[in-house]
Order: sequence, then C-alpha cells, then structure tokens
Amino acid sequence: MSEKTEKTERFDRLSVFKTYKLYVGGKFPRSESGRVYEVTDSKGNWLANAPLSSRKDARDAVVAARKAFGGWSGATAYNRGQILYRIAEMLEGRREQYVREVADAEGLSKSKAAAQVDAAIDRWVWYAGWTDKIAQVVGGGNPVAGPYFNLSSPEPTGVVAVVAPQDSSFLGLISVVAPVIATGNTAIVVASEKSPLPALSLGEVLATSDLPGGVVNVLSGRTAEIATPLAAHQDVNAIDLAGADEVLAKELEIAAADNLKRVLRPQPVDDWAATPGIDRMTAFLETKTVWHPTGSLGASGSSY
Amino acid sequence: MASAFEYAPAPESRGNVDIAPSYGLFIDGEFTEAADGKVFKTVSPSTEEVLSEIAQAGEADVDRAVKAARKAFEKWSALPGSERAKYLFRIARIIQERSRELAVLETLDNGKPIKETRDADLPLVAAHFFYYAGWADKLGHAGFGPDPKPLGIAGQVIPWNFPLLMLAWKIAPALATGNTVVLKPAETTPLSALFFADICRQAGLPKGVVNILPGYGDTGAALVAHPDVNKVAFTGSTAVGKEIARTVAGSRKKLTLELGGKGANIVFDDAPIDQAVEGIVNGIFFNQGQVCCAGSRLLVQESIQDELLESLKRRLSTLRLGDPLDKNTDIGAINSEEQLSRITTLVEQGEAEGAERWSPACDIPSAGYWFAPTLFTNVTQAHRIARDEIFGPVLSVLTFRTPDEAVAKANNTPYGLSAGIWTEKGSRILAVANKLRAGVVWSNTFNKFDPTSPFGGYKESGFGREGGRHGLEAYLDV
Amino acid sequence: MPTNASAAAHALTDVTASDSTLRRFLHGLPGVDAVGLEGRAASLGTRSIKTTAKAYAIDLAISMVDLTTLEGADTPGKVRALGAKAVHPDPTDRTTPATAAVCVYPDMVATAKEAVAGSGVKVASVATAFPAGRAALGVKLADVRDAVSAGADEVDMVIDRGAFLAGNYMKVYDEIVAVKEACGTSARLKVIFETGELSTYDNIRRASWLGMLAGADFIKTSTGKVAVNATPANTLLMLEAVRDFRAQTGIQVGVKPAGGIRTTKDAIKFLVLVNETAGEDWLDNHWFRFGASSLLNDLLMQRQKLATGRYSGPDYVTVD
Repeated sequence: MSEKTEKTERFDRLSVFKTYKLYVGGKFPRSESGRVYEVTDSKGNWLANAPLSSRKDARDAVVAARKAFGGWSGATAYNRGQILYRIAEMLEGRREQYVREVADAEGLSKSKAAAQVDAAIDRWVWYAGWTDKIAQVVGGGNPVAGPYFNLSSPEPTGVVAVVAPQDSSFLGLISVVAPVIATGNTAIVVASEKSPLPALSLGEVLATSDLPGGVVNVLSGRTAEIATPLAAHQDVNAIDLAGADEVLAKELEIAAADNLKRVLRPQPVDDWAATPGIDRMTAFLETKTVWHPTGSLGASGSSY
Repeated sequence: MASAFEYAPAPESRGNVDIAPSYGLFIDGEFTEAADGKVFKTVSPSTEEVLSEIAQAGEADVDRAVKAARKAFEKWSALPGSERAKYLFRIARIIQERSRELAVLETLDNGKPIKETRDADLPLVAAHFFYYAGWADKLGHAGFGPDPKPLGIAGQVIPWNFPLLMLAWKIAPALATGNTVVLKPAETTPLSALFFADICRQAGLPKGVVNILPGYGDTGAALVAHPDVNKVAFTGSTAVGKEIARTVAGSRKKLTLELGGKGANIVFDDAPIDQAVEGIVNGIFFNQGQVCCAGSRLLVQESIQDELLESLKRRLSTLRLGDPLDKNTDIGAINSEEQLSRITTLVEQGEAEGAERWSPACDIPSAGYWFAPTLFTNVTQAHRIARDEIFGPVLSVLTFRTPDEAVAKANNTPYGLSAGIWTEKGSRILAVANKLRAGVVWSNTFNKFDPTSPFGGYKESGFGREGGRHGLEAYLDV
Repeated sequence: MPTNASAAAHALTDVTASDSTLRRFLHGLPGVDAVGLEGRAASLGTRSIKTTAKAYAIDLAISMVDLTTLEGADTPGKVRALGAKAVHPDPTDRTTPATAAVCVYPDMVATAKEAVAGSGVKVASVATAFPAGRAALGVKLADVRDAVSAGADEVDMVIDRGAFLAGNYMKVYDEIVAVKEACGTSARLKVIFETGELSTYDNIRRASWLGMLAGADFIKTSTGKVAVNATPANTLLMLEAVRDFRAQTGIQVGVKPAGGIRTTKDAIKFLVLVNETAGEDWLDNHWFRFGASSLLNDLLMQRQKLATGRYSGPDYVTVD
C-alpha cells in the first residue's frame, strides 16, 4: 500500500497506518497475548500487522457474546432488521475503503473487488429483510389431535463460533456472519487467517450501526489456534466450520461433541455472490414447541 | 391405598399375543440367524420370565443389512411418493388392527402398564405412520425445495422406554422421504420391532427397505460407524449421543440426536392446583419416569409449597403399582435390573446429600424390577438429584420466589428438552415459555405428544426435531 | 386436616362477612383448567372394575340412588310404586339393598313417606320453586317448610343462578342460609347448582364453596331438567371441593350428581371418582348419592348377571 500511495502523493506526506485491532464486546482491544502477525497482500507485500489472538481472547469473546445474547435475542425481529439494514448503510458509505482492502487481500482488480463489496452490502439487506419473516416460514401452528393450541417457533441457538471462509475475506465472511445474527444469535468470528483485515475493519462499521456490543466479535490469528478452544468451549452452542480445512473440521467437530454443539460442516461454495437460501439461518435455529389447552367445547357443556 | 372399594385384578389377556421361543434378525425381508450365531434373552421386567431368545447382530450382520438396504434404496427412492405413501398407510392400518396384540407385547417386554401401551403408545404409533404417509407425495410442499431428495440409508438406534413409538418416530419419516432403514432396537426390548418386521411383511413392503438388527451397544456402534450409512438417528442417553457425534465427525453422515433431559415443571401460586398435581404426576410417573422429557424437577413457588406437596402426596397415595398387564395399574416395572440399580444409586445419593425422601406406602412385588414412586424435598440446584437424569419415578422438589428465579433455575442445566408452566395468567405463560431454553414447553399440561408436533431438544438434549413438517428435514438432503 | 376444625371453620366465617369478602374469597379459589379436569375424569373412567369389585360397586350404587320422579304427571299411585321399588328394588332377590331415598315434589312427600315407612329409605323433596328457582324468597321458603312439615328427610333446593351469574353471591348465600334454617334439624339440605347453567368450571368450584359455606349438607350438580346435567368432570370438581373443604374446616359435605347417569358402567365410573378423589369416607350413601331413575334398573340387571352368569333383560326388572 505504502509504496504505491507515496508515488501518487504530490508532496512527501507520510500516510497514517491503521492499527488493526480485534473487535470484542463492542470494544477494540489488542490481543491479550500482545502478539501480532504479518498480513501481506496476494503478492506477499506487507499490509499490516494483525492481532494474533490467543485462547484467552477466544474466551473473552465468548463471555462478551454470551452477555450480549439475552438482549439481542430478546430484541424485536423488526429492530434486528433495522440494525442489519443500518450495517448496510454504513458499509455503503465506506465502500471505497472495503474495495481497497478486499482488492489487496484477495488480489482482485478494483472492479472485481467492488463487485464483492457490493454483494456483501446487498447481503446485509437480504438478511435485514429476513429477521421478521423466518419465524413465519419455518414455524407455525400444528394441528394436534386434541384440545390443545400448539405452536412451533424458531429461536436462536445461542452463542455461535464462526470460522469464516479463508478465501472470500469479506463477502464470504458476511455471508456466514449475517445469517447467524439475523435470527438473534451472537457470534464469535474467526477471520480468514491469511486475509483478516476486511474482517477487522468490519468491526468499525458494526460498532457504529447500533449493533449492541458483543453481538459480533471478531478475532484474527491462526484459525486452528482460535477455533480449537471455541469448539471445545462449553458455553458455545454452535459452530460454523466454513473456513476449516478437512482435517481441522473433523477435529473441531469431535471437540464440539463435548457439549453437543450444533455443527455446520464446511460445504464447497463456488460463488459466494449467489443468492443464499435459508439454510445458514436454520442451521442455528432451535425449534421450540409450546402446548396449551384450548378448553374445547366438549359434551359436558362446561369446558371453559 | 386400602379402601372398602378394592379393585379386583383386571388383567389384560396374554392370549392376545403369541411370542415365539426365538427370533432372528430381519434382513432383506427374511428372518435370519446372526452370522456368528450369537443370541441373547429378553425378559419380562415385571416377572423376570424369559420371553424369547433373540439373534444378536454383529458387525457382519450390520454389513449384510446395510447392503440389503442399499440394494433396496434404488427402487424404493425411485417409487412415486404416492406409492410409498400407500405402503405407509397400509402399515398404519395394520398397526391399528393389531394394536391390542402389540400393546400386550410391549407391556410384557418393557414392563410399562397396559393402560399406557393401549391408550398412549399404540395410538401414537399408528398416528405417526398415518401422518408421515401423507407427506410421502407432498415433499415438494414441505419447504425444502421443489424436489427434495432422500439421503440414502438411515441407521437408527432406539431406546427401550417407548420401543415401538420410537421405532415409528424413526421409520415413518425415513420411509416417507424415500430412505431405507437399518434399525437397532434396544437389547431389553427387541420384540415389538421384530413384530413390526412381520407387519412390514403383511404390508408387502419391498425387501430390504426395513431391516431390524437386535443387539447391544456394540451393534449400534457398528451401525453408526458403517461407511455406507448416510444418516444416523439416535434416541438415548446424552453420553452415547456424544460418542456418536464423535464417530460421525468429519463424515457426510447427517445426524439427529434425541437425548436426555432434566425437565423443570414450574408451578406458580395462581396455578390450577388440581390439574397441576395431575400434570406433575403425569410428568414424572408416566412410564415410571423413564421418559427423556419427564418433568423430573418440580419448581414450586415457595408460597404454595406446603399446600401443593400435601395435595401431591395425597395423590401419590392413590397410584397403583403392580402387574403391568392389569388394566388398573398406574405404575409398572422398571425396564431392567441395570436401570433399577442406576435409580437406586442416585436416590441413595440424594438421601446422602441431605434431601428428604418420601414414598407412599405401596407393596412391591417380590419378583421383577420395581421402584416405588419417590419424592425428594429440600432439594437445591446443588444436589445431584437435581442435575442428573435419573430416568425413574423420582421427583426432586425445589422452590422459587419469583418468575425470574424460576426461569433461571429451570434453565440451569446442560439439558434443554422439556419444561412445564402452571399458571392461570396468560401473559406469564407466554413470557416464561419465551425464556425457557427447552424444545417443548407444556403450559398447563404435560407429556402430550402428537405426530404433527415437532419434538426435540436444546443444548445437550440433542439436535434435530422429530414429528411434524420439521421432522422431514432429518431425512432429506437439504 | 386442621387440628382444630372449628377454628378453621370460624376463620372461614370472615369470608361471608360482606359481599366483597365473599367475592374476594370465591374469586381467589384456584382456577380450573377444563382440559386437565376432563382428562383426569376420563382417565379415571378407564378403571376396569370386575368381579368382586363390581359386585361391591353395584350394591353400593343401588344403595346410593335417590330414586326420582319429578313429573307434572306424578300421581299418588306413581309415587307409591316408586316407594315400593325403592324399598325392594329387586323383588326376586331380597338381598338387594334398598335405595337411599325417593325424590319427589313437595306435594308428594306425604304419600312417599307412607310408601317407604319403616324401611329406612329417606324421602327427599325438591323445593325452592324447583327447577327454575324463579320465585320470591318467601315463596321458596314456604315451599321448603311445606316439604319439611310433610315429613321430608331431605330437601333438594336450587340456587338462584341468575343472582350467581350476576355476581350477587351474597344473595345466593343468604338464600341458602335461609333455606337451611327452614330445614331445621330434621332435614338435610342438598344444594343444586344447575351446573349446566353455570357454564364454567370456575363457576362450579365457586358455587361449591359458596354452598358449603352456607351450610349445605350436600352439593348437587343439577335438576335433570336442562340439557347438560351430571358429568364425570363436574362431579370430579365437586368431589375435589368437598375434599378440600373438609381439609380446611373439618366439615364433611356430601355430593350428588343428578341427571344423565343411566348405566351401571357410568355409575361405577362415578364411584371410582369418589374413591380416588374424596376417598373412601365418601363411599357411603350418607355422603354420596345418584339422582336417577332409569339407572336403578340397569344396576339391577347387572346385579342379576353377576349372580346368575346370564345377561338379564327388561322383563326381569320392574317398571315403576
């Protein structure tokens, strides 16, 4: 970045680098470990130092996500939709920044990177619209054979660890995070190991979009190092293995069995820009079924 | 209860059912011996009488059954849904026709009262097949895309507490969606599954579509691990469920688990008390408490504790424990010696930890496995009997002061299968139901089941739903 | 049961101190979940009562029948026939117990008394402008005094359902108290709620407590003159009420389902409800009655079947 930028400057002003930090509980801490690692572009040029998160950062993120769960899952679906749409608005305003970061991270041309960012913004809009519809699509009344009112409704699973895709650092990331939080879950996101910068920058948008702190927590570092304690964590309810390779995915799935996390296995994705279905939402929804007597008018005449 | 009105014995006739001295495995439409010739005995838990000798499936048999299921899958999945539906309707009808026979059989093999097998298990079994029969040709309308496909071979492992009902919950949706099945019934209750094999024969179900492999845990483990199984469905303990989750990790096998629970039954001070007492009794003494969704923790508002406990104890004194075939029996036998010893151990632990134990006076038969209905008071969340699933007729009574405290205590468990709420205040029901982390919430009722109603847990009670439209997902490639 | 029953009863007298205390008390009773109540009644209905238990139940049921005729066309002849049948329900088998009572209109009490004289069978009379109860209090009380002076052992009054449904509980209470007083010490008072008109189970529970607080010796479901009469569920609810009332006050009150109970099978289901709800203290015709007419013949036919092993027929029991 620096070299190219300097050339285009008319006078010899030194640019200001951004210190990339984690996004946990609505704050921007450095890694508890004090470690960073070098992030380079696709050609190997240095872009920034990113925090190298430790298992303690993962633990702190789980605490933050758990703390945020009650409020976020208890917010009205309409309110969640408003906030998700607000995220799209905020991203739109900072579109150029993300285009640059995605282009650097993924070695894309500006126009291809722009297409990715546009699709990512539109993805927030898509999920913003889902928040107050998914319950009607996947829930409903059940006609039980008896004098009972019986209703099934989807509820968020809880705290979800998301291993973000390694290749698609922004669109892929948003495609796996948005469906998790749209339905009221809170998330701990393990950013793409090689290209974490767009994910870390996303925190800046989330922090200014009325999204309560802790709903999304972003960690960067070695995927296996962060994901392993998350998969084993007893206060994490589910894990999305999108960005885990075959070996790691199996290890994580085994660890996840300890408290029977819901596991979304990695699936090949040809094109993150394709319209998603509802599977990524339903993967992290529980179905709650509530029964209540109706007091039907029986033969006794006194059925109230 | 000693009364002037003593109910004379009213046993259901055993002549309704003809149990053969031995049964084979049911593979590819035929009854066959185990490859290694192993057998085991199944006993009636109320008398310890040996009912029959059963072939015990080993790894080679699992392989044979999976091959048969694979062979059958091609044609079965290609059948028009309307044809598959008709097979399932046939099965449902035959179950209805033979329901008394099956009820007696289930009572003999399981130890549960005939009142329950006759009035709950069997009607629900038939209803489940009827319900999923209707789905077979309507899958495109189920919300899983226009033409959802089956997964292939479903390996299913079921428990002993509702042997035939759990079979129905597994097999009906699997067949409706076009999968073929290898099912392992529990080692203490294999008979109704083997009778079901005969029903498949009567219904003309193509060979290999349903295969039944009696056996122990190792049989189930071999089935779950078999590389050609595409779907694993398990109902049973949380410990085994975790083991299975580890086994299938890294594979493409779709997994659903229906595991343990420690359901809270919350009674507020404005509850309809008499119905709440019935709900508490039904919640923990139905099927001797051997129910994953049992209301094994009674959370009672402190202000009505004395009144409620008095009513509850009076009601427990009317429970009739004894011969499961007697139509007036409320409490039957515990399913096995092993289960009885587990219950006994946990109850002794409860006493040792200082909880107060109470049981109504009742005569325990000399033979068989029995446990008197038991109530523990002075229990806190710190007691093991408030945390561990006992899976027996044992109720732990805890108190709470406010709705918030009730919710916090109800949710304070790694399980999340069921919960009950008793109050006459509608808004409180909805508010509390909303906050409970449990898959099934019964308000002003308990232990109600229906094929249209999805059932399954949160947290360590497992994942996936059985029943209703939701139950299809477990067997579709979506 | 409280150790000091009279103190508990005294505590409840505060309840009837005023209209508002009475209302608060009745509305403070636990609610009734209809589906749960009916489910419990249905589940007790699946008890299988066979052989010796059935024989016991049939004789007990016969002894609990209030053999009833409440027709505009009642004549002395009809009432005498009824009385004779009450005393000897089965002329072919003198071991058959007598019924508990005959139940007639007040003007037939004297005739009925003669018909059952010396048998121990009681004479019950409906009163208080039965069945509607729509008359002035003075008329109702005159009706009661008439019956009592003619020798009625028991008075079956109807409550003012209009007042009850209008929320005027004190009026209903006062009327029961007045009728109880008119009954004096010689006649036991049965209070009929006409549960079919009260319509909700919550109302039936409230009416039960209201009746018991006012001094009812029996609480009774219905007149037999409306569409819905005794049901297992409303009787179960009333059995819970008498059970709870005794636990609180030490005072035992009887229960009488009336109307619609026609078969032995039905009657036995009600006895199971009594046995497993109020308990065996109520398994006695001093505490439980069936208001019925055709039920008796079915009980007798079933009794004959048990004795002979053959199914009986209507020609082998008497018409009345």
